[in-house]
Amino acid sequence: MRALHAPHPDRYVYGILLLLVVLVPTLNLGVSESSALHVSTYTVTLLGKYLCYALLALSVDLVWGFGGILSLGHGAFFALGGYAMGMYLMRQIGARGVYGNAELPDFMVFLNWQELPLAWWGFASFPYAMAMVMLVPGVLAGVFGYFAFRSRVTGVYLSIITQALTYALLLAFFRNEMGFGGNNGLTDFKDILGFELAASTTRIALFVASVLALALAYGGCRALVNSKFGRVLVAVRDAESRARFIGYKVEHYKLWVFSASAVLAGIAGALYVPQVGIINPGEFSPLNSIELVIWVAVGGRGTLYGALLGAFVVNFAKTWFTGALPELWLFVLGAMFVLVTLLIPRGIAGYLGKEKST
Amino acid sequence: MNAPDHPARAPTWWDEFTHAGSDNVGFSSRVGDGTLYVENISVSFDGFRALNELTLYIERGELRCIIGPNGAGKSTMMDVITGKTRPDSGRAWFGPQLNLLKMSEPDIAEAGIGRKFQKPTVFEQLPVATNLELAMRAAKGVWHSLRARLDSATLDRIAETLALVGLTAQREQRAGALSHGQKQWLEIGMLLMQEPQLLLIDEPVAGMTHQETERTAELLVALAGQRSVVVVEHDMEFVRSIARTVTVLHEGHVLAEGSMHDVQNDARVREVYLGA
Amino acid sequence: MSALTYSSTIGRLLLASCLLLASLPGIAAAADLPLAKLMGFDFKAKSAAITAIADSGSPRAATILGALLDGRLLMRKADSRMVIAATSEPKTAISDALDGSELGSEELVNLKKVVINNQLRLVLRGALARLGLANSDRDARLAAVEALAADDTPGTIAALEDALPKEQDAGVKRAMQVVLALAALGRPEETQRLAAVNIVSGSMLGEVRNRLAALLAKDAEGKPLEPSMDVRVAAARALRAIDERRAHYELVQTIFFGLSLGFVLVLAATGLAITFGVMGVINMAHGEMMMLGAYTTYVVQQAFPNHIEQSLFMAIPAAFLVAAAVGIVIERGIVRFLYGRPLETLLATFGVSLFLQQVVRSVFSPLNRAVATPQWMSGQLLLGDALALTWNRLYIIVFSALVFAALLALLRFTSLGLHVRAVAQNRAMARAMGVRAGWVDALTFGLGSGVAGLAGVALSQLTNVGPNLGQSYIIDSFMVVVFGGVGNLWGTLVAGLSLGIANKFLEPFAGAVLAKILVLVFIILFIQKWPRGLFPQRGRAAEA
Repeated sequence: MRALHAPHPDRYVYGILLLLVVLVPTLNLGVSESSALHVSTYTVTLLGKYLCYALLALSVDLVWGFGGILSLGHGAFFALGGYAMGMYLMRQIGARGVYGNAELPDFMVFLNWQELPLAWWGFASFPYAMAMVMLVPGVLAGVFGYFAFRSRVTGVYLSIITQALTYALLLAFFRNEMGFGGNNGLTDFKDILGFELAASTTRIALFVASVLALALAYGGCRALVNSKFGRVLVAVRDAESRARFIGYKVEHYKLWVFSASAVLAGIAGALYVPQVGIINPGEFSPLNSIELVIWVAVGGRGTLYGALLGAFVVNFAKTWFTGALPELWLFVLGAMFVLVTLLIPRGIAGYLGKEKST
Repeated sequence: MNAPDHPARAPTWWDEFTHAGSDNVGFSSRVGDGTLYVENISVSFDGFRALNELTLYIERGELRCIIGPNGAGKSTMMDVITGKTRPDSGRAWFGPQLNLLKMSEPDIAEAGIGRKFQKPTVFEQLPVATNLELAMRAAKGVWHSLRARLDSATLDRIAETLALVGLTAQREQRAGALSHGQKQWLEIGMLLMQEPQLLLIDEPVAGMTHQETERTAELLVALAGQRSVVVVEHDMEFVRSIARTVTVLHEGHVLAEGSMHDVQNDARVREVYLGA
Repeated sequence: MSALTYSSTIGRLLLASCLLLASLPGIAAAADLPLAKLMGFDFKAKSAAITAIADSGSPRAATILGALLDGRLLMRKADSRMVIAATSEPKTAISDALDGSELGSEELVNLKKVVINNQLRLVLRGALARLGLANSDRDARLAAVEALAADDTPGTIAALEDALPKEQDAGVKRAMQVVLALAALGRPEETQRLAAVNIVSGSMLGEVRNRLAALLAKDAEGKPLEPSMDVRVAAARALRAIDERRAHYELVQTIFFGLSLGFVLVLAATGLAITFGVMGVINMAHGEMMMLGAYTTYVVQQAFPNHIEQSLFMAIPAAFLVAAAVGIVIERGIVRFLYGRPLETLLATFGVSLFLQQVVRSVFSPLNRAVATPQWMSGQLLLGDALALTWNRLYIIVFSALVFAALLALLRFTSLGLHVRAVAQNRAMARAMGVRAGWVDALTFGLGSGVAGLAGVALSQLTNVGPNLGQSYIIDSFMVVVFGGVGNLWGTLVAGLSLGIANKFLEPFAGAVLAKILVLVFIILFIQKWPRGLFPQRGRAAEA
């Protein structure tokens, strides 16, 4: 694999992230709004959102591009991380809600609930909530993966089962009785760690946090795929039973990478929610999960930087189309699925790499 | 994981999961001594009996050739020994302590049984050297793989094997780009890196040139002695050149066993092969 | 559900019986009816007239007396003609009371109402009951008896008591006894009440359960309303028997609902199973093939608005062809280039599904469309005394079973089937034997898609048709394939039916959503133990 041995695209990744983390805050806070160079807070939030998507795409590339596991349910881990963060933000609202109940979020008061459900305990604490952001997706992926990989569910079977997983969660989170706000989800957040969410400075801080998280995750993933672990992963992807016959417990490798990837997705969700200000069951929809697979496919899987590239390109296109020609977007997305798989199976990164080498 | 050399502390699920508590499992727990006992194994698929009360013993250091017409059950037998297929009945032991029918494929590989497939299977997207590195006898748990470094001993070993199988020049090439014969050699190289006690080799010389076939024969003969080698092959010339004992499989059980000469003169064997 | 109600069934039966009556010979001519005697205030004469009308055997008798009871029997002041008003509104359509001929509309002020009192109402009810009970149609008589269950006026009782000895049909007789016994439940003598309870026990008439429950009720001080212990015990026992029977019927109902859902799943999944079994690819646009089938049904109906009754028969081949054609286009245009890369096929066909959804959204709007249910598919089949099975679901079961059987026969007995099975078992070998694998792939894909289109026709009779119709079925269909085992149509059948029934059994106490989740969890656990489904393919092919 070229990607395993050619580190130079990584320099671009780090360079662009560095540029973003320096320029965007400066141009947002340091340049007056009247200036042409000013970056609006709206743009900051939009970029922050893309960064979260990029992190999510990275997590998918790890399992799909390297482990060969096509998960059509990664949106579920993203959403679970988002819900964990959302629950913390809900608890921060305190008595400022419409009903002024210091203990219960508005929707619980509305449902006539008397006390906080067990699942919500501890979410007033930021460290606890952050632990849950990683633990809930990680443990779910662990349990799910344990059963799936142990019985050697692979290929399309696994893909559909992961889709069923996120579909089941979608149905479950739509229910009011689940205690996560039903189909309205969690919203109307006020502040995070005592800082007002609407403030530009908070937005910038969240943006910077997203850049840092992405950079760290990228470095971590790169180290992982460059280690022997990464090589075993590729070996499993290419010839699973061969890997077994030379003594690798394939299930364990898959389980670890699947869980690690779910944790990354959870972190992406947690960074996403305070920036967009809402989390609802729609994030569990199978369409979301499969859409993010196409980000990776467009960018080029098995390269890591391709995932980032794809997340930015597709989401930029989505933002533009849903604004300018909304009814065309699904046509474009559908065509993307077909054309990428047919014409550039290795994505933009693979295509560019080939151009360069010839 | 069998770890009889750690009697003080029973392995926990965590050890099993990470191989963390058993650093040397990969090295010292090879209780399999190279002898293989296969007794009364039967396997059927949809009413078709692939193996029918198959009984076979391989002694330590033996070189055994197995021949038989298509569908005689040669590949199924290998599948049973390596844990890929569970038989309907029968016993299969590796040495006196290891019940193969209770072990998973990786456990069987760790215990010292290596296998080369009929169709060469290598890790196509990985460089040749990495193929060898991954096959090398070492602790193969997740935790180890995260900390493993390519030390000079490993590199030496890889270089040695590359030279042995004649792929030094292709060291950094993707395995998928190798020719069919080179893939065969790479797979044999991977098998050697595993340092197995028992090698199961399915049609090793298919697609090889005459010279390569000769080299393979030399290699297998050299390997036997310290290790047990079981070769399934159609190429009678090749079998004759290496075989000491030949087993003829037919319709899932052993039809005849003995020296090449004895087997060739066996009336039943002639009937099966020649229809006479 | 668009099921007609119980009462409308009775209505149809009554209508049928009226028509039957009208054709009977040898009855009094309508002109002889003493309608004039109904006018005025001589209630004795009126009562006699009512009895005379009822006993006349005239086909108009029931209509006239019914109108009288409702206060719609009037005299036109202009010509003293007796008429029946369609409604009680100030201006209403009228018809001649004697021959039923339409007389246009008339102001209420120009009409004079036939006055009745409570006494006459009782007489009328009794007379009407007698009329109903004298009907020559067995089902109409039964319906008449059951309609009298809650009516214990003396006239009714007398009518029943008169009719009972003459009744020949055992079922109607039994119903009459039950209704009479219900009236007897109010008797002061304990023995009569007890006998009545024993008679009604075992009847599934809705009123019986109410009355038995009423016997067990307690007053404000907690004392039972029914003084006799024996009667209470008997009533409780009878009540329990009824409830057990109801539970039994509900069980049958649930299985029936489960079967109809299951058969739709089977239809949806067989197409998927064929393409997956033969080509090893998952067509994520399979659900959209169902959607196309459903929309085809809708379009055919729109094209022939005057032939709703027959349009389904046109829709069936049309839906099959449309879906099959789209399927073949997908296979030739996309899937065949991705052979051996199942995950890419999955992504590409998902793209197609998005595309098709948006096409439908653009053409038909994102709103759901209702497909009309033909008359012959609406309503219910009544089995026994309390079991009603809706026709549309029954037809769907039959239709699906037929399609399934046809598919089995196709795969078994035709050369296409032989080729399909050959390619499924060993692609390379089949190709070597001269089977044009590409051609087989395209036809297989078309066949699978066409069957999905047929599933869409069936689905259009159960639910509204919308762009997202298919989406909700693709996961379920795949679960059926996984559960049943790939490449085995019988497995698909068993799996589809059992999942459908399981879903309907879980729904009552778990809710529809939770039921779905439970089924998903079950399947995930199931493939732990049996990764290849209920009916696995074994052998070398399955190991690959």
